[in-house]
Amino acid sequence: MKDQPAQTCTGMRVLPKVVTVTRRGFLRGGAMAIGAAAAGPAALAASNEKHLAQDFPALGAATAQTLLRMARDVFPHDKLADRYYVEAIQPLERAAAKDPQQAGLLHDGVRDLDKAAMKRFGKPYAAVKREPERVSLLKAIEPSPFFQKVRGEMVTSLYDNKAVWPLLGYEGSSWEQGGYINRGFNDIDWL
Amino acid sequence: MTKNIELGDEDAIVIIGSGAGGATLANELAQRGVDKIVILEAGKHFTQADFENDEWAMFNKISWLDKRISAGGWHHTKTYPNLPAWIVKAVGGSTVHWSGVALRFQEHDFRTRTTYGKVDGANILDWPITLAELEPYYELAEKKMGVAGTRASGLPPMPESNQTKVVAAGARKIGYNKIIRPVASNSQPYDGRPGCQQIGFCMQGCKVGAKWSTLYTEVPKALDTGRVELRPESMVLQIQHDKAGNVNGVLYADSQGRHVLQKARLVAVAGNSIESPRLLLNSASAMFPNGLANSSGQVGRNYMNHATAAAVAIHKKPVYMNRGFDIGAVVADEVALNTQRGFNGGYYLEGLSLGLPYTAAFMKPGGWGRDVTSALEMYDHMTAIWVCGEDMAREQNGITLHPTEKDQYGLPIPIVSKTYHKNDEAIAAHGLVQFRKLSEAVGATRVIDMPAYPASHNLGTNRMSEHARDGVVDKWGRTHDVRNLYISDGSQFASSSAANPTLTIVALAIRQAEHIAGQLARGAV
Repeated sequence: MKDQPAQTCTGMRVLPKVVTVTRRGFLRGGAMAIGAAAAGPAALAASNEKHLAQDFPALGAATAQTLLRMARDVFPHDKLADRYYVEAIQPLERAAAKDPQQAGLLHDGVRDLDKAAMKRFGKPYAAVKREPERVSLLKAIEPSPFFQKVRGEMVTSLYDNKAVWPLLGYEGSSWEQGGYINRGFNDIDWL
Repeated sequence: MTKNIELGDEDAIVIIGSGAGGATLANELAQRGVDKIVILEAGKHFTQADFENDEWAMFNKISWLDKRISAGGWHHTKTYPNLPAWIVKAVGGSTVHWSGVALRFQEHDFRTRTTYGKVDGANILDWPITLAELEPYYELAEKKMGVAGTRASGLPPMPESNQTKVVAAGARKIGYNKIIRPVASNSQPYDGRPGCQQIGFCMQGCKVGAKWSTLYTEVPKALDTGRVELRPESMVLQIQHDKAGNVNGVLYADSQGRHVLQKARLVAVAGNSIESPRLLLNSASAMFPNGLANSSGQVGRNYMNHATAAAVAIHKKPVYMNRGFDIGAVVADEVALNTQRGFNGGYYLEGLSLGLPYTAAFMKPGGWGRDVTSALEMYDHMTAIWVCGEDMAREQNGITLHPTEKDQYGLPIPIVSKTYHKNDEAIAAHGLVQFRKLSEAVGATRVIDMPAYPASHNLGTNRMSEHARDGVVDKWGRTHDVRNLYISDGSQFASSSAANPTLTIVALAIRQAEHIAGQLARGAV
């Protein structure tokens, strides 16, 4: 993603909130954004496994892959590439690396989630194709410490990612640009 | 010009806390010629260079994060079990992160017992002062703080932002007409500080110093007199007293954790409504077995934090509430005395912007799924509101000490207990309905009610009373039991009013400084 020019056709300075694919962004995985919604879990395929193994040495690729699927289901934004979710679950990897109890919580949580998925849908969680079915599995474990840990970490890690902000229409730090006194604090044109 | 005051100097005036109450009192005393003032501040001395336009970074940097426990019936026991209150631990106290709303109390706010009569399940009390007595000090406070749009400051109103315009348009459509915005931020350069640059992030510490904070007003002005010493990272452990029952020293832990005793002629406590009563309770002695100045048993009780709720509205087109001063508009139509709505007291609807990270965290605590994400994807279309309503004092709501668990200073952890009165719930519910109507009147497609945030207005735990049996301090903020011990923060409040408390804390501190300076001059303390 690169800096995007503001759209000025309405008179109001608005953020386009879309991912623009550049060659560099494509190579870094930006193109996943295009595919993520359509391809769903299939997007989390073999080519990613090597990366996941590298990024999640404590949790391991298999657990990380399930957590990644779960992350997308907990805070689903179709427009966001997998890499944002990989970053959003990094705090879980750090917790697992630091604390065996946390590692146990996450491993056991994923194992139990897969077990529940096998029982109801005959396949592990990440392979369950329909989102409502996966969500029903998550609903069933919502009060668990495992689910709470994943959701609780993600609500800050995903939404505190500055790369995610413009995609959701948030402009972030403004003082270095002189605030909004000359940049649209009062430019509303539709009331 | 920094002054060094001897630890053994028995003439020292010790002020605990450097927020709206403590720093204002220090500066006002110093300007009146009172010498040897020591400000003990638990937090660090950050400067504007440390401020970031980043919600979580600043939350982690400046919030009071020492362990506290939420108890009682409010949702905080589950949602924020260790963060009952959202206040600042730093020089400047909560004036670093306050939103800047500077509202005066109304006349009946000082006479709640008389006005409402006996309220079942509540412990309400008239103040021993009236609005008329406080009005001259409100005037001085508005001038000092540069409240935009007031006669006292002469500053024009803050220019309207997108958020202001949306909330105001909706308010007018449903018949409201008291749409105000009295904010203590410079609508143009004032008092040596620049004008507001519409940066947003007011609650993360104003980067340019346009919003009033004691950090860069009262504190440096006090230090410039050469009569004041500021000691940051000094956590007070205990206030000590002599055989006659007068306070004579303050024991604190310095930045290295060393215990230091500062002797004192007079002590003023301004540590916010959790720490101030906690300190009095921690200062219990053989002479004061229930805590210092607690013959009434009211220290730590009657904890109020406003009847509140919040909501976001998603509009059909972009708003960008993040652009500009954080308070958009304050709707004041529901604050007048009117018991026809089925509750005592009233409330303000305060347009209060949030950034995306906070919106995600506070919109629906514990929430997840497309219900949440579909709303967050419309962040740029949002307005946000905060309902700030009068809170009925209840004796059982308050601050107590944990029987066994201790913090990093070795002090018992404070337990903050709050169970809403049904009046509080009625106010919050009414406010949310009105915000929904107001938002839908300008075409909002979705309105999401939010639970109360961790409490930022903490009040009433050392309340003012005419009679010593009903409260902790007299009409000057002097404790009924100890003649040289004062309370100088919002814990003095006998009622919460619907108004944000800072302006009243500052007005009371100016008035108290006048009184203390007189007492010192006469040798009465």
